[in-house]
Amino acid sequence: MSTQIWIYFFVILTFGLYIGIAVWARAGSTKDFYVASGGVHPVTNGMAIAADWMSAASFISMAGLVAFMGYGGSVFLMGWTGGFVLLATLLAPYLRKFGRYTVPDFFRTRYYSRAATAVAVLCLLIASLTYIIGQMTGVGVAFSRFLQVSNTVGILIGMIVVFFYAVWGGMKGITYTQVAQYLVMIIAYTIPAIFIAFQITGNPIPQLGLWSGYEETSAFLLEKLDSVVKGLGFNEYTTYFRLSKTNMFFYTLSLMIGTAGLPHVIMRFFTVAKVKDARLSAGWALLFIAVLYTTCPAVASMARLNLHATVNKATLQDNGDFFAPGNSLVYEDRPQWMKNWEITGLLSWEDKNNDGRIQYYNAGTSNQSILDKAAAAGWEGNELTVNRDIIVLANPEIAKLPGWVIGLVAAGGLAAALSTAAGLLLAISSAISHDLIKGMIKPDMSEKGELMAGRIAMALSVLFAAYLGLNPPDFAAGTVAIAFGLAASSLFPALMMGIFSKTMNKEGAIAGMLAGIGFTMIYVFAHKGFFFIPGTEFLGLFGGKPNFIFGIEPNAIGAVGAIINFAAAFIVKNMTQKVPDDIAEMVENIRYPKGSGEARGH
Amino acid sequence: MDKERMEEYWKRNLKIIGYILVVWFLVSYVAGILIVDWLNNIQIAGAKLGFWFAQQGSIIVFIALIFIYCKIVNNLDREFDVLEE
Repeated sequence: MSTQIWIYFFVILTFGLYIGIAVWARAGSTKDFYVASGGVHPVTNGMAIAADWMSAASFISMAGLVAFMGYGGSVFLMGWTGGFVLLATLLAPYLRKFGRYTVPDFFRTRYYSRAATAVAVLCLLIASLTYIIGQMTGVGVAFSRFLQVSNTVGILIGMIVVFFYAVWGGMKGITYTQVAQYLVMIIAYTIPAIFIAFQITGNPIPQLGLWSGYEETSAFLLEKLDSVVKGLGFNEYTTYFRLSKTNMFFYTLSLMIGTAGLPHVIMRFFTVAKVKDARLSAGWALLFIAVLYTTCPAVASMARLNLHATVNKATLQDNGDFFAPGNSLVYEDRPQWMKNWEITGLLSWEDKNNDGRIQYYNAGTSNQSILDKAAAAGWEGNELTVNRDIIVLANPEIAKLPGWVIGLVAAGGLAAALSTAAGLLLAISSAISHDLIKGMIKPDMSEKGELMAGRIAMALSVLFAAYLGLNPPDFAAGTVAIAFGLAASSLFPALMMGIFSKTMNKEGAIAGMLAGIGFTMIYVFAHKGFFFIPGTEFLGLFGGKPNFIFGIEPNAIGAVGAIINFAAAFIVKNMTQKVPDDIAEMVENIRYPKGSGEARGH
Repeated sequence: MDKERMEEYWKRNLKIIGYILVVWFLVSYVAGILIVDWLNNIQIAGAKLGFWFAQQGSIIVFIALIFIYCKIVNNLDREFDVLEE
């Protein structure tokens, strides 16, 4: 069977499986099959959280970013896992004991006001919408390859599919569908990694292959990679910082506390049976997520090496000469995967020196000896442009793996992107129709009206996200990182103070959230445009220099926003009315696990 | 449970969380970022130790931390008779 047929085969098979399970689970719901009162086992719940969690950013985008950022990409690896430690110790057990269904419910009760709820919902909407833009970027990449169309057409088709998927219900909230999705994603991610690790290091376990020897050469994989990228003028793989230590510190912190502030993850902890299960669920979730996250660095480094090996034969030799005539790949002989990705526009070649060969190096390097060698060899600039978001999907093709593996990866990538995008759209629509319109503006709205308002909200969000997905503020994982920063600077501090401080009042929480997210939005929009709309950047107001606060990039600024949030909250709290006694008592009460009962509505 | 014992429980709980978060901070922010260049001087079979912490080691420790925390805090809950069975 051809690769293309394998792709259709797996995509149809896996989506048939999800839908099948969803229908089966719904039919059986009367038989206590899906127990809403919280009978989900921590292992099952952990797997469902893992499926919710692993979006296009983790699955499609992250390894590509790590491949090109090297050590600097560690911010994603540590940042998107370490947050679970915060969740398990600081939030999950207490939110469970608190016994509400959703994050706005928590704010309504703990901060005893409509105003605090409205601000929380607003923060939730801004973070979720940004998150969807990142997902749409990923959806575009997956669909363009899957259907062999341009990236633009891919995003437009993806937009329509995501919308209908979400309206249909997105198969969210059905734990067993998510378990199936997790399994498909993890198999799709690890199988090619196992093949590739075995191919190029002889060790079939990717996590170990990363530290093994490289092919026929005498070097270790990472040593080889360092020498190859350095030889071509790129930054050393294992040591190059993402901008600076300060920037990496704040980037990681922003992702970690953002993890503990994102409503679609937190919600899952409200519905387990016991407080101790809430803690344990976080552990299992991280364990399942870590299967992908520890495979990622191996995928990243091996993909980067394979890419270089494809276009320059010297990669495979000990002390090979990259600039020797004949080592660069002849364009006409390029492998099929390059042709496939050229159609999408995400990979392109420009023959600057008209020799019919592909020269791939860093022409902007400060290393003069490399520039001299390149000039002597007749190279006139880098000729190959590879979008980082294609690396994971192209990886099995680059390694010449069989068609069925490629089909499997395509199915996994689509599942990751579609499920998270649909889940977020559902969260947005319920926040707008239920919490904002029905809860505050028009309490007498009919159920039908609520549903309609939700759908209009979904349609507008998906259109907006697709428009920005066409001109994304960053690669998928970068955009998602901004979403985390927004959640980190607004929701996490308010949640944490709501649990650990008996004296935090509504005024403090509101001031904190507004200050935190306001600061973060101004900093991000100054760099990336007002609501990411191209051409509306206003860096000029701040002297025109990017990263003007301690050299921290906008993707990482959420951690600073969180600090501002805490500070503003404490200052305002001390200037305003004391928290009511019954609220203080409630906060005292959630400290002790016993007697948590079932999750309560409002 | 009387007030004193409840306060004692909460204090011990906060202490446990404190220890867990110290290790959390050490493996990621300290070993993986702040002193990474120094740790990279230590190489085991071609692997730079700082790079290992940043890309693999910290994640493994995070998992262990959560399960250890669950175990310790369950024992605490049992001791103070607040564990749900």
